[in-house]
Amino acid sequence: MTAPRFRQAQWDTPTLFELDAGDVTQDQLTTPVLGDAGVPATLARGEAVGLPTLTPLEVTRHYTRLSQKNIGVDTSFYPLGSCTMKINPKVNDVVATLPGSAHVHPLVGDDLSQGSLQVIHELQEWLKQVSGMDAVTLQPAAGAQGEWTGLLITKAYHEKREGKGARTEVIVPDNAHGTNPASAAMAGFKVVTIPSDPEGGVDLEALKAALSEKTAAFMITNPSTLGIFEANIVEIAKLVHEAGALLYYDGANFNAIMGITNPGIMGFDIVHFNLHKTMTIPHGGGGPGSGPIGVKARLEPFLPVPVVVRRDDGTFAGEYDRADSIGKVKGFHGNFMGYIRSLVYCKMLGGDGLTDASKRAVLNANYLQQTILERVPGVELPHDGPKRLHEFVISATPAKKAKGIRALDVAKRLLDYGYHAPTVYFPLIVDEAIMIEPTETESKRTLDRFVDAMSHILGEEDPEVVRTAPHNTSVARVDEVHAVKQARLTADMGDAIPLGEARDPTDPNNC
Amino acid sequence: MKHFLSGADDERAMLDALGLKSADDLFADLPAGVRASLDGLPAGRSELDVLREMRRMLAQNADFESRPHFLGAGSYHHYVPAAVDPIILRGEFYTSYTPYQPEILQGMLQAMFEFQTYVARLTQMEVANISMYDAPTALAEAAMMAVRANRGKRVLVPANLHWEKKSVIRNYLEGLQVEVVEFAYDAHSGQLDWDDLVAKVTPDTAAVLVQNPNFFGVWESRAPEVKAMLSAQGATKAFFVVDVGDPFSLALANGPGAYGADVAVGEGAAIGNATAFGGPYLGLFATKWEHVRKMPGRIVGETVDAKGERAFCLTLSTREQHIRRDKATSNICSNEALNALAFSIHLALLGERGFRETATTCAVRAADLASRLAALPGVRLAFPEAAHFHEFVVITDAPVATVEAKLRAAGLRGGLDITPWHAELGHASLWCVTEAHPDEALTLATEALA
Repeated sequence: MTAPRFRQAQWDTPTLFELDAGDVTQDQLTTPVLGDAGVPATLARGEAVGLPTLTPLEVTRHYTRLSQKNIGVDTSFYPLGSCTMKINPKVNDVVATLPGSAHVHPLVGDDLSQGSLQVIHELQEWLKQVSGMDAVTLQPAAGAQGEWTGLLITKAYHEKREGKGARTEVIVPDNAHGTNPASAAMAGFKVVTIPSDPEGGVDLEALKAALSEKTAAFMITNPSTLGIFEANIVEIAKLVHEAGALLYYDGANFNAIMGITNPGIMGFDIVHFNLHKTMTIPHGGGGPGSGPIGVKARLEPFLPVPVVVRRDDGTFAGEYDRADSIGKVKGFHGNFMGYIRSLVYCKMLGGDGLTDASKRAVLNANYLQQTILERVPGVELPHDGPKRLHEFVISATPAKKAKGIRALDVAKRLLDYGYHAPTVYFPLIVDEAIMIEPTETESKRTLDRFVDAMSHILGEEDPEVVRTAPHNTSVARVDEVHAVKQARLTADMGDAIPLGEARDPTDPNNC
Repeated sequence: MKHFLSGADDERAMLDALGLKSADDLFADLPAGVRASLDGLPAGRSELDVLREMRRMLAQNADFESRPHFLGAGSYHHYVPAAVDPIILRGEFYTSYTPYQPEILQGMLQAMFEFQTYVARLTQMEVANISMYDAPTALAEAAMMAVRANRGKRVLVPANLHWEKKSVIRNYLEGLQVEVVEFAYDAHSGQLDWDDLVAKVTPDTAAVLVQNPNFFGVWESRAPEVKAMLSAQGATKAFFVVDVGDPFSLALANGPGAYGADVAVGEGAAIGNATAFGGPYLGLFATKWEHVRKMPGRIVGETVDAKGERAFCLTLSTREQHIRRDKATSNICSNEALNALAFSIHLALLGERGFRETATTCAVRAADLASRLAALPGVRLAFPEAAHFHEFVVITDAPVATVEAKLRAAGLRGGLDITPWHAELGHASLWCVTEAHPDEALTLATEALA
């Protein structure tokens, strides 16, 4: 591959508010029944809401054009490290849009929602097996909410045993995903940050020094953000448990280990899943996600309600009357439409298929890493260490020194080939980090073509082409600083307003 | 069967390149004691087999068209126009991630900028984010934001707020050492008990949360007086937070921004999204400009590209967890962007007139059913003099379960039995009617209760 052939659509797309045509005839979606709505005078809306009016065709065309200024897994290789951008099978959507999936009210009652409750119960059982945990709740809406729910359970568990305020600290490694410390703080814990070792693993001495009778939990992901399996995990679990604390598993990297190992056998007490990563829920441009958690038996009484159970007569029920439950973390049953998609995926793959998926995810990552290191100039592996699993991090430091090409520039130039970029500048412990996760559902051909593009970019004779990329996307490099210095957050803000501090383009973004 | 994986030739070629015999060799570094298998799970099956099984499983459910229901209470069944699903299911939107690379993801970014504008116009607030998980978590985040902004010590919530919202709020406030205090509702009007609310406001109040229309479907006609009352009580920094319930209410009533609210939230899933057994939903979240740096969640801003052309990107991210870590305004990362897209498409298809007419239809039809039911012997309204939007509380002489049995026999599912939370009302059920109910269902319900 030489120069990129990709050209993204460059439609001129005025906002809906600029397209407002006033009083045009619209399709009648439902039959209006008009009259006095009876709103008290103190509240009645005097003026128009200001919703733009367009013809149905204009609406469809507007959004179809916007879609052409976007890319997804369906259009492009999307090696966004830690985000697990694998296939989103279409059959999932066929099932999720059936009337018995989509148009069931959450309060309809157990007897009228046996199908939904069965979906929840069956998925709980699958996740128990995959994680090696004793009980699962699906309720948390996303990974971050799963973390926070797990920490509320941690708090309730310690309070029940040792009284209120006994354990106030949560230990988090410095390379953890940003949601870990944020969730711990939200649950009312003091966050104790410990340094990681040079390979991104847990520094055992630092952990020992941090553990105390105040420690409520230690949160880690395994494999680490560098894709390296934590060799001391059994020792870590022992240390944490001896201190009377719980061990929390961030499931962001679950795609590496299905059927190979599991958090339960490693000694973890709580785990959250990201069903939108591992179990093929589409990411939807940022959500919805789904963040179930699994726990060991001694934490089961604290799970949020309802707990969905299978009764002896084979029927399913949501149990609310549970004395030690932490209550609700989200409305109703959580992101049910996601559960359907994940259950369909699990049933199609089976235990054997899930295992194959993880094996291939790791094989693809290892093959891609080796091929990049062999063929692409200007990048290096930060340190040798053990084999990477489902993802790996390379550094663009040599290219930066030789040609002034930064990880950011590589990311932007990859867009010109129609790829989404890898995660960059995360984890922070690697300079000019490029974090690549190919997932199992990409073929060798796709990986080879990606290496061709990387090779072309890093070998570019004129580095200016890379430094000023992208050139083939619907807009050129976007000025993120301007967006803060002259903030305009709705179409109605006449003058942009300065809002001070801007994010640096090389600050981390992570999944 | 190897679902979704490229073939054995690929696998062999990659293993050869790595000098490995089998993929198992890739895991050689794992300690032996932690190896596990999934042999206890069923084997993989074909797409057709699984599809067939799932169809049968889900056919056990009562969906709205096969058994019309009169349930609301935070989840609202409106008609979702046919154009919504085909657009949101376009892979360019649906299979994309959070737009970290704005140059190639302008489509979703512009759609979210438009969504923020929609929410700001509806609520008459100045800024909005691109969503929280749902209304309960949006309400809880608003309370959390208030406490962080003004360091207050009490959060006042209505006694008749949905119990799930109360529980979510208490959990979100777990880390902040604040007291959650309930204020009563007025037994006659069904509105908040003004004297009780005033009595419970203290100078260190962090926030007052009001749902309007409230859990009983009743409009809170004195909501526009709350902000001034807070000042008069010395709670000058307290946030006034309004949950608009079903945002179709905003076609008929002023947005909370027009009557002094600091934060407006609502259940956006009522527009463009299915009831879906409870999720995914869409937490609307809007506030005043002065609070924007305290706001949780992702925000899209307009900017320019290197050529000076209009462009959009995520902005103000220094509030967020990936930069601020334990000092972040919230831990939220994934949100409900696709539901926000569906919300916007539905509103675009409705336009100003369609939106207003749909909301009016809900109100008029709900009032119609309420009056027909109230005319029956042994049936009355809990708050007959109140102004309702599209929900109302029905009191029956018979237990709600007995009433429900008659409705079931008629092929329906009646209103929600709220007796467990509001025993003071007697045999009480909360009913909701929207534009989506067949006329026949209203007639059948009336006949069943006669």
